Amino acid sequence: MSVDPETVKRIARLARIRVDQDELAGFAAELNGILGFIEQLASVPVDQVPAMTSGVDLALPWRADQVTDGGNPEIVLANAPGRMEGFYTVPKVVE
Amino acid sequence: MSALTALTLAEARDGLHARQFSATELTAAHVAAIEAARPLNAFITETAERALDAAAAADQRLGRGEGGALEGLPLAIKDLFCTRGVATTAGSRILDGFVPTYESTVTARLWAAGAVLLGKLNLDEFAMGSSTESSCFGTTINPWRRAGDATPLVAGGSSGGSSAAVAAGLCLGATGTDTGGSIRQPAAFTGIVGLKPSYGRCSRFGIVAFASSLDQAGPMTRTVRDAAILLGTMAGHDPQDSTSVPAPVPDYEAALTGDVRGLRIGVPREYRVDGMAPEIETLWQQGVAWLKAAGATIVEVSLPHTHHALPAYYIVAPAEASSNLARYDGVRFGLRVPGGTLDEMYENTRGAGFGREVKRRILIGTYVLSHGYYDAYYLRAQKLRSLIAGDFAQAFAAVDAILTPTTPSPAFALGENSDDPVAMYLNDVFTVTANLAGLPALSVPAGRAANGLPLGLQLIGRAFDEARLLNIGYALEQAAGPAPKPARWWEAA
Repeated sequence: MSVDPETVKRIARLARIRVDQDELAGFAAELNGILGFIEQLASVPVDQVPAMTSGVDLALPWRADQVTDGGNPEIVLANAPGRMEGFYTVPKVVE
Repeated sequence: MSALTALTLAEARDGLHARQFSATELTAAHVAAIEAARPLNAFITETAERALDAAAAADQRLGRGEGGALEGLPLAIKDLFCTRGVATTAGSRILDGFVPTYESTVTARLWAAGAVLLGKLNLDEFAMGSSTESSCFGTTINPWRRAGDATPLVAGGSSGGSSAAVAAGLCLGATGTDTGGSIRQPAAFTGIVGLKPSYGRCSRFGIVAFASSLDQAGPMTRTVRDAAILLGTMAGHDPQDSTSVPAPVPDYEAALTGDVRGLRIGVPREYRVDGMAPEIETLWQQGVAWLKAAGATIVEVSLPHTHHALPAYYIVAPAEASSNLARYDGVRFGLRVPGGTLDEMYENTRGAGFGREVKRRILIGTYVLSHGYYDAYYLRAQKLRSLIAGDFAQAFAAVDAILTPTTPSPAFALGENSDDPVAMYLNDVFTVTANLAGLPALSVPAGRAANGLPLGLQLIGRAFDEARLLNIGYALEQAAGPAPKPARWWEAA
């Protein structure tokens, strides 16, 4: 599999990262280098192998379904780049 | 250099309790050492004032005969741990201006035990790298130089600020994080001890996430004993991290007997890789000889899927990173670059805020998780993880720990590996397997290359067997003799 500049443009869009036209070829070359390196895994037979989905053999713990924190809008909003009346602000989404 | 900055953490602790010096004197000596070491670029943020206040409070507690396990001991923290009221950057422009309103569990445990925060340490951006060259605050310089050669070398990465600060005597110990080798490789490059604990041993709460199924915090220190002391405070169950394991924390320092008689140490034949420097092979054989002389039995073991570990890692880690780093959207914290629409604002913010290596990994991660590729890449890599973990399970049926080199080479020069991402990734070839399998692994300084640079040996243990691992590391440390210290060229710079 090989990544072309159009594919870089598509995945950059999916990742919401602005990549300018003149950067596409460079990223495509770097990504192909990495994908070429990981391609070797395709030859390993893994059909009967279970996937390891966690670094530790531990069932997800349960806890009581109750509120344990909250009510601190100042703390939550303290680092907001834009805020108004206790809310985050973003560019207008609805016309 | 002050005599106080030459102490080990254990010696400083004992000196404070014996009232040979005060916590204020100890902290002031480190603050002065940090100021003199700015050419190393180890720190992103220095917190001298806070440190001296904390030291004064520690002196009061010590004076009353009180105090925790780390009372009055000055430490520095990798700038990936959230520290309340102290800027936390992850080495990235995208966290510009971010000051956490909460504390990571690991650092909270250190402060509760009386430790003193000297400042926040440089790292590769979001811990993605092996040299700190991807930090937006510039590269950290290794306190070590090649014999007769002033070429600046990297201190390893991603915890390169931590390794440089500990090796240069700027703090008694530091925290690091390790996703593929980010504690052990910089420790080996600077001649210090670095421990990646078992996955689930230390809480990940409040640590900026890179690859959540691999990330672990651990201690970086000048001796094995110091690592045991720090781990004893850092480790423990935390309900705020669902992968934190509710297992008791043993007394790691008490486990350091140096007695390894009767233990079985595995030497994996697959770790003899092409292009490995002959001095690395020599070091490895030296480690084998030391442990044999100390009474351990050496057993050749096979970890047949080893050569698949690095490619599997470079699927799992970027995939998880692309998901974790979705939170940097210019809305809730950090940098915001305006745009006409919400999507444009996201794209502009992330385009300007992330550096090249981080973008590269997010793009790879997005690609391997994108429609139609999930099974071919991510699922396959998770299956490879099972095979790699299975290799270790089989080996640990026959041995108590596994001995390997930590890195395939000593520290390299700035820029030497930055043209080819895959060449840089090969730094992790010996370390990444422990992350994939969730196992504890320790790097101990064990010798020097022909050019005078430090080299490390790695011990990999069974999950949650850190006490034994540290004890074997202690035996290696004793056999290797006192680790040399770098010449303090930066103080004349």
